[in-house]
Amino acid sequence: MSNKEEITLTIDGKQVSVEKGTTILEAAKKVNIDIPTLCFLKEINEAGDCRMCVVEVEGRRGFATSCIQKAEEGMVVKTNTPNVIEARKMVLDLTLSNHERDCLTCSRNGNCELQDLCIKYHVQNVEYEGERTEHEIDDASPSIVRNFNKCILCRRCISTCKKVQEIGAIDCAGRGFESSVSTTYNDSLKDVDCTFCGQCILSCPTGALQEKESIEDVWKKLRDPETYVIVQTAPAVRVALGEEFGMPIGTNVKGKMVTALKELGFDKVFDTNTGADLTIMEEANEFIERLQNGGTLPMITSCSPGWVRFAEKNYGELLGHLSSCKSPHQMFGAILKSYFAEKYRIDRNKICTVSVMPCIAKKYECSRPEMEVDGVRDVDYVITTRELAKMIKQANIEFTELEDNDFEDPMGEASGAGAIFGTTGGVMEAAIRTAVDTLENKSIDKIEYKEVRGEKGIKEATLNVAGKEIKIAVASGLANARKIMEQIKENKSPYHFVEIMACPGGCVVGGGQPIKSSKTRSAVDVRKLRADSIYAIDEKSKIRKSHENPFIKKLYDEYLEKPGSHLSHKYLHTKYNAKAKYDI
Amino acid sequence: MKSLEEINQIREQKRKELDLRVNLKANTREKHILVCRGTGCTSSKSPVIIDTFRKLIEEKHIENVKVIQTGCFGLCAKGPIVIIRPEDTFYAMVTPDDCEEIINTHIVEGKLVERLLCKDIDESVVHSLDELSFYKKQKRIALKNCGVINPESIDEYIAFDGYKALEKVLTSMSQDEVIEEISKSGLRGRGGAGFPTGKKWSFTKMAEGDQKYVVCNADEGDPGAFMDRSILEGDPHCVIEAMMIAGYAIGADKGYIYVRAEYPIAVHRFQVAIDQAREYGILGKNIWNTGFNFDLEIRLGAGAFVCGEETALLESIEGRRGQPRLKPPYPANAGLWGKPTLINNVETYANITKIILNGADWYNSIGTETSKGTKVFALGGNVVNVGLVEVPMGTTLREIVFDIGGGIPGGKEFKAAQTGGPSGGCIPKEHLDTPIDYESLSSIGSMMGSGGLIVMDDTKCMVNLAKFYLGFTVDESCGKCTPCRIGTKRMLEILTKICDGEGTESDIEKLETLAKNISKASVCGLGQTAPNPVLSTLKYFKDEYKAHVVDKKCPAGECKALASITINPELCKGCGICKRNCPVDAITGEVKQAHKINPEICIKCGSCVEKCPFKAISK
Repeated sequence: MSNKEEITLTIDGKQVSVEKGTTILEAAKKVNIDIPTLCFLKEINEAGDCRMCVVEVEGRRGFATSCIQKAEEGMVVKTNTPNVIEARKMVLDLTLSNHERDCLTCSRNGNCELQDLCIKYHVQNVEYEGERTEHEIDDASPSIVRNFNKCILCRRCISTCKKVQEIGAIDCAGRGFESSVSTTYNDSLKDVDCTFCGQCILSCPTGALQEKESIEDVWKKLRDPETYVIVQTAPAVRVALGEEFGMPIGTNVKGKMVTALKELGFDKVFDTNTGADLTIMEEANEFIERLQNGGTLPMITSCSPGWVRFAEKNYGELLGHLSSCKSPHQMFGAILKSYFAEKYRIDRNKICTVSVMPCIAKKYECSRPEMEVDGVRDVDYVITTRELAKMIKQANIEFTELEDNDFEDPMGEASGAGAIFGTTGGVMEAAIRTAVDTLENKSIDKIEYKEVRGEKGIKEATLNVAGKEIKIAVASGLANARKIMEQIKENKSPYHFVEIMACPGGCVVGGGQPIKSSKTRSAVDVRKLRADSIYAIDEKSKIRKSHENPFIKKLYDEYLEKPGSHLSHKYLHTKYNAKAKYDI
Repeated sequence: MKSLEEINQIREQKRKELDLRVNLKANTREKHILVCRGTGCTSSKSPVIIDTFRKLIEEKHIENVKVIQTGCFGLCAKGPIVIIRPEDTFYAMVTPDDCEEIINTHIVEGKLVERLLCKDIDESVVHSLDELSFYKKQKRIALKNCGVINPESIDEYIAFDGYKALEKVLTSMSQDEVIEEISKSGLRGRGGAGFPTGKKWSFTKMAEGDQKYVVCNADEGDPGAFMDRSILEGDPHCVIEAMMIAGYAIGADKGYIYVRAEYPIAVHRFQVAIDQAREYGILGKNIWNTGFNFDLEIRLGAGAFVCGEETALLESIEGRRGQPRLKPPYPANAGLWGKPTLINNVETYANITKIILNGADWYNSIGTETSKGTKVFALGGNVVNVGLVEVPMGTTLREIVFDIGGGIPGGKEFKAAQTGGPSGGCIPKEHLDTPIDYESLSSIGSMMGSGGLIVMDDTKCMVNLAKFYLGFTVDESCGKCTPCRIGTKRMLEILTKICDGEGTESDIEKLETLAKNISKASVCGLGQTAPNPVLSTLKYFKDEYKAHVVDKKCPAGECKALASITINPELCKGCGICKRNCPVDAITGEVKQAHKINPEICIKCGSCVEKCPFKAISK
């Protein structure tokens, strides 16, 4: 029984009872009335700026802002009066009058909230044409392209950056018609405190923000017969890619994805999960080393490049806490261009490695100067889940009709531990599975560590391993990362091992994943649906611990020798450098 | 620190000393030369006038004459103003060069300096301030001390009942009694919207919160309005005292006054006043041993009009970009840092002490049924007596413009008056006899606003007027909501098109639709009222809009693109004055023969029209 006060109101003639504190917008949803919104993003941007959601309330002067205003007892709300419709049409018309309307060639064509509303309100022409604000396109960063000529100033990106990530790399500058979303000194995102997490892209209702695409580069390599193009896909991609083809959120399309990648013409289709298993071997080993030899603790994971950039820009003095391990796809790329190239006698200079990632920071990561061995880049291109979907569409592939296939040998085998890397807590759980077995020197039956699963921003657990208490924490989202770091800075961190992911919820909701509308995000928990699918993959896996992956064993036997070896360090580990917050 | 007894002693003693300020027959050998140090007179060298007087008095070893700086006297058109008390002689448009003559003739010889005496509307010479028709219909409550006391002297304020209302409140009234008194007085917010002040105080008192705040909105932004500035410059302590009374009534111990940084004199005087009040122990802890604590800080605004909107003002005080918050919740429940906050504007506060001292019944006997007390207007534009006037509610526009304002200069006709600045509307000739109060103004499509009152003569184009105000709103929109951010810009573009002679009839329709929807859909008062100048000019002067788009003519002749300046050959005597005054050599013609204007070259500046002695040139 809820002890909260219930109130009853009437919306468009329908009576509805809701808990006190419910907004008019939410109350309307309960009786299947879909009040249109544009700037609204549940719990992130509830500002009432765009004026799309205005409604009439009997006995009140002016409109009520349904996304913010609370329902009240006895309220009589009308959501679709001629007055309201006229106002909404005006809002759309005005918005369009200062919007770059190249919809057909826009990256968000077909998945644009402004476009959807224009269709809904049957906007046929732009009544009030006039001057437009003009902005230069910022495409200087390796990860994000900002085209503010498509910005409608909903400020969802600002709220996401400021309130969710607590970075505040962008904010509103100028006033009135000249207002724009800007950075410090209006510099490129690459020169300010932006971490390239890409959460702003997921928040943008239009095409003002998008990843810097590499589709054409990849096509070029695929068409070049001289180049041996290898693709790997991150664990979170398979549980989201199907959404771009109309499949339910969280559908695991691994089999179809592999088939599609083969059809696109990749010479080899591998699984980043295998790279994740390798990362666990190295990372667990590094942790045990630090634990046993008085190394810097807590050790913090380093597979999220947005997090790494954040740490380099904000906590330069604490970089010793970061694991020296490269991220799974970088490790895997390095192995492809060394072990694999040598074993199959392919000229490493002719290999092109492409990573399909749920992330746009990975684009930046693969361009980092550290990410190469002897002048050979670990990964040549990173494309996002969205870009892969576009390539599949361009290749006339009926994705939903494809048959299933498995990743290819000899590197296709991965454990369930590698799979769960795609969600917050996954890296920690995978690492613990291996570290515990190593420390206890036997195979422990416990596999699942549910205390590090779920949506909570910071999760903690204490483990008893080989007679020693190990305190672990998992943080996702940079606001939580900052909390962990501040604790370390003050010498108050109780932890031995911490996992940090830049995106709140981990890679399943990374900045490169399919973009869900505000309405969808209000209705369903996208993160959970995708994460559940990932845990299901783990559950069904025959091998669920990285160190039990036969390929990984073979790789160490044949090539790397042991975790932390000289070769491991050459190919699989990296260094970090403190960076200026603003490069101006 | 001064005890209550000491304050009362100061009052008694100072009141005697300053009797000459308000009493023509004061029993004194002293003379006070009062010089206006409001912003207007200051910019016309009144500080130099003060220095010159003081130097002369010293040089000539004159005794018993003091030179006092005061706030604004109101009749800014005649500034710099010098008044000599107790005889109340009014010298207008005084320059530093006039000082010696005033000292020699008036002070030393005891004779009037006739040439500096002020002339009334009917050209008659007036000897004293009270004789001026400008002052006859005024009733000074909010401006009571302006022009009487030295605003930088707390003792002078105390002399004229200063801090007596606070004493009354703290020693003999309960919180509810104070609120009841204010409610009963019928005082309504002078910032523009006219919300009942007592109700606002009562809501804030009832709101739950461990900390409450009192805020004074001194972000006066309407073009042409300067009453709040003048009150702060002329009588800052009355605002401090009122904020303290409000603090007591609602249970707040902390106040903020938000003043625009463009008001340096007001800011300085207010800070001086705060410092003096702290020194006397009037601001601080356990004031006069009553257990009441109150302190006050100034916050400077950076000059955004939208920060006059109460929630944007709160955002700005908190250190953020000045953007309005959505209401509800209202500041009374969640204001500064989320705490219950009372926000009133300067003029509202300026009425409080008088209500407390004279009683609610006295106050509500002034004014109309729904609007009590007085209202200060900043009278400007095409009117003879530009300045500040305070009149009882219910005074007609005609009385303000003609009896007080002295009518329209240059023999031109009254066309309309704009009240409420960019948020208000125009009032045409047919409504000149409307008694001004909150309701009557909104019923004729305008609003009280903060009190700017701009008079326009028949050479003013009403479309151009609307364009001017929309230009202002476009510049001042914060950019938060779509209708105001883009909509006002589109309105301005349409108005510009019409003024440029490129408008069509459908543009007028578009303008009207846009205006109505922006009013309804905008987040805050700025956007909601921004279309008012358009809506009201459309209401009263639609023909003028039509003339622009159908006949391609600007009837008032103000829109240059539509003006065609021609010389009537019948009237032209060929004197050549127009030719000599044309800045672009567009006029040709032989002496004593009718001249001609080349329309290709003419920039329609109108200087030939003004200069022609035979009225042969017309727009």
